[in-house]
Amino acid sequence: MSDRVTNILLVGVGGQGILLASEVLSETFMLAGYDVKKSEIHGMSQRGGSVVSHVRYGKEVFSPIVPEGEGDILFGFELMETYRSLPLLRAGGTVLANDLRIAPPSVLMGQAVYPDDLPERIKQRFPDMVLLDGQHLAIEAGDARAANTVLLGALSKRLDIGDEFWFKALEKMVPPKALEVNKRAFLKGREF
Amino acid sequence: MKEILSGNEAIARGAYEAGCRVASAYPGTPSTEILENVIHYREINASWAPNEKVALEVAIGASFGGARALCTMKHVGVNVAADPLFTLSYTGVNGGLVLVSADDPEMHSSQNEQDNRNYAKFAKIPMLEPADSQECKDFTRLAFELSEQYDTPVMLRTTTRISHSKSIVQLEEPVTGLPEPALVKNAAKLVMLPGNARIRHPFVEERMVRLSEAASTMSINQIELRDTSIGIITSGTSFQYVREVLPQASTLKLGMVHPLPTDLICQFAESVTTLYVVEELDPFIEDQVKAMGIAVKGKELLSLCGELTPGRLRLSFHLSPEGTTPVDGGLPPRPPNMCPGCPHRGVFYLLNQLKAYVTGDIGCYTLGFLPPLNAMDTCVCMGASISTASGIARVLPPEQQQRVVAVIGDSTFLHTGINSLMDMAYNQVPATVIILDNRITAMTGRQDNPASGHTLMGASSDAVDLTQLCHAVGIKHVRTVNPLDLAATRTAIAEEMARPEPSVVITNKPCVLIKREGVFTRGAAYAVECGVCTGCRACLKIGCPAIEWRPADDGSKKGKAYIDPLLCTGCDVCRQLCTFGAIRRMS
Repeated sequence: MSDRVTNILLVGVGGQGILLASEVLSETFMLAGYDVKKSEIHGMSQRGGSVVSHVRYGKEVFSPIVPEGEGDILFGFELMETYRSLPLLRAGGTVLANDLRIAPPSVLMGQAVYPDDLPERIKQRFPDMVLLDGQHLAIEAGDARAANTVLLGALSKRLDIGDEFWFKALEKMVPPKALEVNKRAFLKGREF
Repeated sequence: MKEILSGNEAIARGAYEAGCRVASAYPGTPSTEILENVIHYREINASWAPNEKVALEVAIGASFGGARALCTMKHVGVNVAADPLFTLSYTGVNGGLVLVSADDPEMHSSQNEQDNRNYAKFAKIPMLEPADSQECKDFTRLAFELSEQYDTPVMLRTTTRISHSKSIVQLEEPVTGLPEPALVKNAAKLVMLPGNARIRHPFVEERMVRLSEAASTMSINQIELRDTSIGIITSGTSFQYVREVLPQASTLKLGMVHPLPTDLICQFAESVTTLYVVEELDPFIEDQVKAMGIAVKGKELLSLCGELTPGRLRLSFHLSPEGTTPVDGGLPPRPPNMCPGCPHRGVFYLLNQLKAYVTGDIGCYTLGFLPPLNAMDTCVCMGASISTASGIARVLPPEQQQRVVAVIGDSTFLHTGINSLMDMAYNQVPATVIILDNRITAMTGRQDNPASGHTLMGASSDAVDLTQLCHAVGIKHVRTVNPLDLAATRTAIAEEMARPEPSVVITNKPCVLIKREGVFTRGAAYAVECGVCTGCRACLKIGCPAIEWRPADDGSKKGKAYIDPLLCTGCDVCRQLCTFGAIRRMS
């Protein structure tokens, strides 16, 4: 086990289930024997605002928030929020983004435009970028609601954590009747 | 056994392990989840109080009765509970009493960022400050013990980062053998008339001296010597940032931030070359260290405002920041918004149309301030909407007086708004009050309240009848409207605004997030008929997240509205705004 702390940022829009995804991540890291800290802001941000969840694991973790510019992996659940959070990432960091656009209020009202070139702009700065359509892949796995689990599957391939810990965490955090479809969704994500 | 717990979950666990019997609170971010987790331990009688003063007094009663009692609130809640708190310092306790103050540096969900460590000093009571979830649990247990040992309430201070961060906690079994609660007469200690209070005050002063002396040998106050050229006194989440950014620095980590361990601070100051205090908000520790005659650096490096982060600490110590990759500006912001189908939305649309001057209050509906609704003109604190309306109306000529409307939620009304309404009725101030009764304390995450008909422990309860309550305090004109019926609501508000007497309008539709069966029912979604929509944008004026403007393909300013059927709850408000009949309920 390396002494180095790994920094993961989960970003998106309030209501997307980001907090649950970060709980599954933290549980996995604890089961794998690491020290873990995670932090996010509840409250106002749940009403459709931007959400950033910080998850850190390693031999010993101090700060519960990822120091600015030290994120190893930006795990984006929505494109604009992924782009907005790029300054949190270290140079050469990895971006794993869900190809989903959720219009903020000014775009809904026709006063601003949702930029259509965000994937290119992200890729330009962070060549190690993976873009995947979580929603579509989740439907293939059997349930659109398992989109976040697809994304977790894709993330799992980029971390050195044994499969058994991921599945144990899913078993603990996901309701029994949704477990099978979530396992399928997780494996779907691992194809990326 | 170990689990990943948030600071709030760990405090609940700590109360359980400490044998706490009663827990009382008013919800407030970032403290709310403490009591929501206490209910998992059925040994504890946990309840929501109408406000923080009541919550603390319930805990005081339980303590006087001989039981360990927990009371939790957000930082501004302590302002409401300050009256009993200061005298509780004099009476002391029977069963241990712990008051959690969850502060919110950076104001993630608050109207100010007051530093409640000042309350501990002001009220002359000890305060512990945990730095992670393990300490949240352990310090809660310790706080109960100190409370009984020193005959004092103990404050446990968290911040948003401590309350809402998760880390690994080792669980323990609860203590056993605590004395059974019983009635014990001890008027000299518990009846705070001047004669008794004059005897208790010297006890308080002497107690704080004893605590200060003991603090230097408490294991929660810990010196760790590393490189002695830099020594940092710190506590709470700031300690974690210090260890992250300045791993070689020597530290004095304070688990108790009031009273300070003076001997330990002197010893640490002598061991290091340059002494710093790293703390968020006020120079609370720094000022006291300076008063001890010790040279120390603190707020000349660190901000008085906002929360600390590793990056900000790095800048303060002139360490080069990690390279960050800036993004182009001009991204549309993503502020929070009222939910699709929220019963408040139409009311704020109408208040804007009626050119009302709106005194607001604390809750989801404070979002009525944001565009496109733009319908809030003041917001100070819990309950202030009605009393500030009452004050404004007193100084205005009648035609402007009529425009003053207070808006307040059901939970906030019962918190402190009821006192303000009594003032308005008693002094016959002709302003209008709208009680946005959505049957829940929504902003903090749907907690029950005395008007919801349910308790925190899940029991049914008689709901407060808001109409009768308003009548009882002397308001003659009270009417109830369906806020999803814009015409009826507009008529009701306009008529009451014109009335030269105090009046109340109560809206009666529930929060769309309530999950309890039979309260909120989702209707069939609506859709825009493209052929009928003229692109007039009238439906966009309510700012519903389910309605989107879709520009025409030709790049012109033309376009049509679109309703997302997955988000639409079928509230019908947008249909009422469409004069062309383009919005229809889907079958």
